[in-house]
Amino acid sequence: MIELIDIHKSFGTNYVLRGVNLKINKGESIVVIGGSGSGKSVLLKHIIGLLKPDKGTVMIESFDLLKLRGNELKDIRKKFGMLFQAAALFDSMNVWENVGFGLRQHTHLSDIEIKEMAIQKLRMVGLIDVEDLMPSELSGGMRKRVGLARAIAMKPEILLYDEPTTGLDPIMADAINNLIVEMREKLHVTSIAITHDMKSAYKIADRIAMLYNGVIVGSGSPDEIKNTSDPVIKQFIKGSALGPIKLIG
Amino acid sequence: MFIKAIEYIGKKVKGPIEEIGLLLVLFYSTLKLLITPPLEMKNILKQMLDIGVNSLPVVLITAIFTGMVLALQSYTGFKRFGAEGLVGSVVALSMTRELGPVLTALIVTGRAGAAMAAELGTMRVTEQIDALETLATNPIKYLVVPRFFSGLIMLPCLTVIADIVGIIGGYFVTVIMLNANVTTYMRMTWDYLEMQDIYNGLIKACFFGAALSLIGCYKGFYATGGAEGVGKATTGAVVISFMVILISDYFLSAWLFE
Repeated sequence: MIELIDIHKSFGTNYVLRGVNLKINKGESIVVIGGSGSGKSVLLKHIIGLLKPDKGTVMIESFDLLKLRGNELKDIRKKFGMLFQAAALFDSMNVWENVGFGLRQHTHLSDIEIKEMAIQKLRMVGLIDVEDLMPSELSGGMRKRVGLARAIAMKPEILLYDEPTTGLDPIMADAINNLIVEMREKLHVTSIAITHDMKSAYKIADRIAMLYNGVIVGSGSPDEIKNTSDPVIKQFIKGSALGPIKLIG
Repeated sequence: MFIKAIEYIGKKVKGPIEEIGLLLVLFYSTLKLLITPPLEMKNILKQMLDIGVNSLPVVLITAIFTGMVLALQSYTGFKRFGAEGLVGSVVALSMTRELGPVLTALIVTGRAGAAMAAELGTMRVTEQIDALETLATNPIKYLVVPRFFSGLIMLPCLTVIADIVGIIGGYFVTVIMLNANVTTYMRMTWDYLEMQDIYNGLIKACFFGAALSLIGCYKGFYATGGAEGVGKATTGAVVISFMVILISDYFLSAWLFE
């Protein structure tokens, strides 16, 4: 289980998270929705320890993430896989080296074995014969798939998705959504995604939570969210410019 | 008025102090991880190749022409008071004590230091450094330590080559082009050049190599703000490294050659 307790974070005068509380159960697929600049990515980065809160606690199973150092932190991070918004593939490595990066770092497998495993992971995300290409030769959707293959290469227990469908055409976005559902069913992982794409949220989530003004203002199953009476959530899922959520800038 | 002045000074001073603090923290982490096995040998060799071997052509060209112009200027200047026999020792001492290490460091900063800042900066703004962390890999150990270690080792190696090539350049101009006496030139070169001059030049080179690679990595590692941020980080790395090299050169010279 993952638990965020009273997480506060600011960057200079920008107070992004103002006391986030969120519990994520093992095996659950949760999607955090919220507007651009609402702090969704910041929240996700706290879960894996890429950012440290100004105040609050992040519990991963029975471990306080903020108190972990060195090998303990490394061991916890091995439980995670993360798909970044723009995939964050390593430019200097080809596709199979990207996918096999974790294996090369943390196992004693030979390059041949790592390449074989990378090809197998690439097949799982629907990519064939791309292992020797460089990231610059891939399309946006392919990059996301390679990023996903890299995220699952170390057999993680928790998968984090940062805006998995942003920047993709609707068909490719749906293919990525299907992959996320498939990964969860095949690998039995806990999935945590952040997005403002409601179609994607409804498709991949068991539970949807909305981040607004630095706090979680509500959460529920996709059906509960669709039928909510909360004006903030209602405005967001309808995509209306009119309502309690004010546009900034 | 007084409080406003203090606030203004505080705001102006805070940024540089924070930067120095971050740089020192990065330096400490780098040293700690440098002595913590296992080392990223593949990465280290790649960086040695990039910083050392790939910088060689430009170092060779710069060193030979520096030796040549030094000899030419010394010869024509010294001839006015009949001291042209000293050209050999002037070239040898200048190259080993000063020009070899400093010019090599400036060239490597322009080539490799800037590249480090740009590469790491791009990795930072495209979340590749975050990706390394999510793959349970310490980005300082994976990215900074190999570059720092390679800078520390390769700068002295390049400096030795620059010293030799500079002296050969001086010999070529003085003996072959200006027809100076070979025996005098060689004797003046070896009689006044001591091993201490070479060692101290190499100590400087080690310091410069460590400084330029650490600054290049620091500026890239903490880059923010997209393409513009990477550009600023690269420019900053070159400008700060140049300043650190030239300022520290004076103090190192005063300490080593006193």
